[in-house]
Amino acid sequence: MLFNYLKITLAVLKRRKFFTFISLFGISFTLTILVVTTAFFDHLVAAGYPEANRDNSLYVWNIKEKDTKNGGSSSGPVSFSFINTYIRTLKTPAKIAAVSMFNNLNIYLNNHKIKVMYRYTDANFWDVTSFEFLEGKSYTAQNIANNDYVVVINDHVRDQYVGKGQSAVGKMIEIDNVNYRIIGVVKGCPVTRLHTTSDLYFPYNTSKADLKKTSLRGDYIALILPNNPEDKLKLQEEFRAVAAKIKPTKTGDKWFNPDKIYVFADTYFVSFTRELKGSGDGDGSAFIISILIGIIFLFMSLPAINLVNINMSRIMERASEIGVRKAFGASSKRLVMQFVIENIILTFIGGFIALILSSLVIFYINQSDLIPYIDLSFNWKVFSIAILISLLFGLLSGVYPAWRMSKLQVVDALKY
Amino acid sequence: MIQLKNIEKVYRTATIETVALNKVNLDIEKGEFVSIMGPSGCGKSTLLNIIGLLDEPSKGQVEIDGKQTNGLSDAQLASFRNQTLGFIFQSFHLINDLPVLDNVELPLLYRNVSSAERRRLASEALEKVGLSNRMKHYPNQLSGGQKQRVAIARAIVGQPEIILADEPTGNLDSNMGNEIMDILLTLNQRDKATIVMVTHDENMAKRTHRLIRLFDGSQVS
Repeated sequence: MLFNYLKITLAVLKRRKFFTFISLFGISFTLTILVVTTAFFDHLVAAGYPEANRDNSLYVWNIKEKDTKNGGSSSGPVSFSFINTYIRTLKTPAKIAAVSMFNNLNIYLNNHKIKVMYRYTDANFWDVTSFEFLEGKSYTAQNIANNDYVVVINDHVRDQYVGKGQSAVGKMIEIDNVNYRIIGVVKGCPVTRLHTTSDLYFPYNTSKADLKKTSLRGDYIALILPNNPEDKLKLQEEFRAVAAKIKPTKTGDKWFNPDKIYVFADTYFVSFTRELKGSGDGDGSAFIISILIGIIFLFMSLPAINLVNINMSRIMERASEIGVRKAFGASSKRLVMQFVIENIILTFIGGFIALILSSLVIFYINQSDLIPYIDLSFNWKVFSIAILISLLFGLLSGVYPAWRMSKLQVVDALKY
Repeated sequence: MIQLKNIEKVYRTATIETVALNKVNLDIEKGEFVSIMGPSGCGKSTLLNIIGLLDEPSKGQVEIDGKQTNGLSDAQLASFRNQTLGFIFQSFHLINDLPVLDNVELPLLYRNVSSAERRRLASEALEKVGLSNRMKHYPNQLSGGQKQRVAIARAIVGQPEIILADEPTGNLDSNMGNEIMDILLTLNQRDKATIVMVTHDENMAKRTHRLIRLFDGSQVS
């Protein structure tokens, strides 16, 4: 019986080519977009080079000062001294790294100008991240203590500076009239790794900024890697207690005089949702997740409605077949089953096409230079869920029209 | 074999009530070949559909092979049709997406018959109607007469006791029509099938055992 259903399904799909194209296009296109989008989202949020420890890490990124009386607020990254004063002093054992926000500068290599991204970091930065050193090594606390003017560059800069595959370690590079010794070369990472991506990494001692300035705000991020993943919650609680005691900045301004501080040690994802939609103590993650689920649902429901429509007219077209089958002994239940199985087969074919399409798109994105160093991966979990949702829609869109038609009197179905 | 008691069929719309059948009583014996005639719109096809359990009467009772059919569930009706009845329609009603052999197999799909056995029985049925060389063809590759022979093969493949034919020669020329009639007569005489046939053609009707005439929904002879 099942083989027979398969045979009739393939025959119907083959004969009604336009309908088949529209249905398969709807299913496979939706699934492909969904899988590629989630692969991208996964790439943005999940652990990956060089943030292999992301899932276990905490981030102190933004600090918000609020004037609850006048209603104003001000927020931005924390300062280097804030990290030293309030984060490095936490008692729960953890590795704490400081990394500045990225900036751009022009460097002149072999008579041509290239625009590069740079950051300042401490020595711990290399311990909490998982950079692959192609040659040389990272700077150490000793380099910083010695006030060494050293730099770690990525392979992109290395290839332009000394040529592809050539050794760069030990060479000097002049940046803003200052000579730096190249101490290491790392494999680059995509711009989507917001807290770690850069072309040049300088030890913080080379920064011209006054890092001892005691303001709360600055342009640094703290990356906290607990010694045990179980310590994450403990660290968050400890930092919450510390943050509660921090005194807001005295501005002396009558219009903006903050009296409340919001600063948290968050997971990577929550550090963004708090920024996007957080309010005070709320981290905004539930809201953002609801929005994402809502978008996915809306996005999936469009082809589903389309499928219901197509199925309705397709089944109407086959009313005579339904009549004949009923006349020769098919019960309504059997007919519904037949159309549902047809829809399931159609969904699976669409899913298979989507699997190939999304693999191709992901391969193309990874291979092309659209986003250098990007490493999207096919997310089987999302693909399986999407297939299940499509199947559900396929079932619903097939069952209703088939059920309606199967309820027709045979004699009426035969009239179509 | 078939007993109709006080069958009435009324079609109702918001404003009009049309009586298609009015107190029809009918007894058809096992092995009989009965034809139903009458002018267009007199209720011939409606009567046949009610006998075939394809339509419900507004009033009255249908008893087939000693079984009361009123009140049977959808699944019971489907099973009863499958086991007892075979249909031949004027416009053939073959499934164009399926080859001839699969079309003929159709009634067996709804019984517990293995795939190999289905193939064998369908091939035999096609042989009976002289179409064993067209098994792999699709309906749209056949002539009208051939299509009707496929439809007959489909009607007889499950060896039902009753065959109901709604103007089986209506869409065919006289030669083809005679061929189809010959096949039906053979089925009646050789296989002892009970056949009820709606026709417009006096000559065809004369070849059957009994003629029932309808006029304006009532039986006149």
